[in-house]
Amino acid sequence: MFYREAGQFKSSYQADQAIFPIIQDRWFMAIVFVVAYLVIPLIADEYWFQAVLIPFYVFAIAAIGLNILTGYCGQVSLGSGAFMAVGAYATFKLVTGFPELNIIIAFLLSGLFAAAVGMIFGLPSLRIKGFYLAVATLAAQFFILWVFNKVAWFFNYNPSGFITAPPREVFGFLVSGPEAAPVTRYYVSLIFLTIFAFAAKNMARGHLGRAWMAIRDMDVAAEIIGIRPLHTKLLAFGISSFFCGVAGALYIFVWLGSAETEAFDLLNVSFPVLFMIIIGGLGSVLGSILGAGFITILPIFLTNAPPMVGIAISADFAKHLEEIIFGVMIIFFLIVEPAGFNRLWQIAKEKIRKWPFPY
Amino acid sequence: MTQERQFGNTILNVENVSLSFGGVKALDSVSFDVLEGEVRAIIGPNGAGKSSMLNCINGFYKPTECTIAFKGESHHQMETHQAASMGIARTFQNIALFKGMTTLDNVMTGRNLKMKKNFLWQSLYFGPAVKEELEHREAAERVIDFLEIESIRKTVVGRLPYGLQKRVELARALAAEPEMLLLDEPMAGMNHEEKEDMCRYILDVNEQFSTTIVLIEHDMSVVMDISDRVVVLDYGEKIADGTPDEVRANQRVVDAYLGVKHD
Ligand SMILES: Nc1ncnc2c1ncn2[C@@H]1O[C@H](COP(=O)(O)OP(=O)(O)OP(=O)(O)O)[C@@H](O)[C@H]1O
Ligand SMILES: [Mg+2]
Repeated sequence: MFYREAGQFKSSYQADQAIFPIIQDRWFMAIVFVVAYLVIPLIADEYWFQAVLIPFYVFAIAAIGLNILTGYCGQVSLGSGAFMAVGAYATFKLVTGFPELNIIIAFLLSGLFAAAVGMIFGLPSLRIKGFYLAVATLAAQFFILWVFNKVAWFFNYNPSGFITAPPREVFGFLVSGPEAAPVTRYYVSLIFLTIFAFAAKNMARGHLGRAWMAIRDMDVAAEIIGIRPLHTKLLAFGISSFFCGVAGALYIFVWLGSAETEAFDLLNVSFPVLFMIIIGGLGSVLGSILGAGFITILPIFLTNAPPMVGIAISADFAKHLEEIIFGVMIIFFLIVEPAGFNRLWQIAKEKIRKWPFPY
Repeated sequence: MTQERQFGNTILNVENVSLSFGGVKALDSVSFDVLEGEVRAIIGPNGAGKSSMLNCINGFYKPTECTIAFKGESHHQMETHQAASMGIARTFQNIALFKGMTTLDNVMTGRNLKMKKNFLWQSLYFGPAVKEELEHREAAERVIDFLEIESIRKTVVGRLPYGLQKRVELARALAAEPEMLLLDEPMAGMNHEEKEDMCRYILDVNEQFSTTIVLIEHDMSVVMDISDRVVVLDYGEKIADGTPDEVRANQRVVDAYLGVKHD
């Protein structure tokens, strides 16, 4: 056989396996990084940080987490709000119980708590699938929030039932609490998003990601190849909940500052995060980020854009409009393009790559 | 040609495999053996229990009673995971590919069991994890070259035509570097040319990697051409076992299966 040289082989696989194999993609990512890390902090004001960018990044982490479980491993979950709550309440107990503990460490430990809880609630996934699993995770969602609501120990017997972010410093920068500067909190969420997105992408393109997708696409065949369904699904639940847990901790301690369990309920968190991955693209890390961006920015766009062009709309109407747009888009993406924004982006790139010779 | 072929020891010995679904006896005390390096065919009419037999061998069905000895290790029942790690791979009668994944990812998944780096290494994609991924990529590419599916490497398999999907499924099974390959009707639904290609690949695998092959096939001319020995099942019972010529001459087989004698 006319084999190509081994050396050439190897170097080409290495290049082919790179996270962004195409040079234009690398340039694009470089630009995104420069904008996110250098340009935005210079030009954004407090409103942009607080209303748009920080929630965008925090929800993007949660969406990546859910996408690992639902998009890659095929296990539908409506419990992301609850797993985020586990992260937030665990962080609250940790930082109030151990005031010297570095809050970043507390975030990560809380992620581990959330992972453990997620794995416990993931156990039924060995037996049940699809719709029934979704209902089981819904039960987890209600149960966990009910526990956080009822057991006063979790919110340190605060009469209002709220958990509040205390002021905590990291390397001399105040990252949580009411005094923490928006730009610092912006950087914290951005750094977490960057690390988590790369970690997720790396897992997804390795043998673990292939095992998840194999379970998703054809669990029988996966089992016969030697992939253990329980092990693989529980790992997906664990890692997914770790992401959600850390996102939940950031949600309270870096973004909102204080909240009660309602902040994590189905309509505030679980559904929006699910919509993010449906709109952004199931089984795509980039899609999760795009979906999170879209869903956090659209409401703000709808309340601000019409007045700018001279159309007065009421807040109520903007809210309704938002729901209609989400509904239509979800139906569109579920039926027409299940791969979401990510796929549209891929198609656009194909077109650009071929332009101006479309053959 | 088949007469000159030399085989090693018994690699697989199944004894008294019985399996029933509700009232239906899919397999009734079936015993047979497979020698290292041979191409062993299982034939029989529809519903004879051929696929069920393969499912018992790799642990997907749990027979009520049986002994399955693979490479001298005797098991009452196999576990799928155990069968896979001992070197048994298979393809399915109805293609069971991972439809949303590319050809390359499907083939790489065939090697998953050999990849050990845990999720922490993978999340970093650094050092040993990269090395492992690249080693396995090379092995996967060798299989892809061997089956001549380079051009569809990055194509999502759900979009491929049937014949190519069958080939990708074989590639996925081969990627595991199995010692024994179970093929459930690898040529079903193919046209003549595709069948010939598939036959050639199967024989090449058998020859170049000395992989033992257990094959279910309905096309008699194929079976007679490529197999060394044939087991015939009918209504879950073994009714004949021997070389293609012996089986062809067996009256019970003629009655039960072939109907009219071929040629
Ligand atoms: N999972 C199952 N549940 C119930 N019955 C089954 C199952 N699998 C097989 N059977 C039954 O067992 C018998 C043998 O089936 P099997 O699929 O092994 O036959 P086969 O020889 O492979 O047939 P074919 O040539 O049609 O593929 C059939 O009667 C079938 O209906
Ligand atoms: Mg069959």
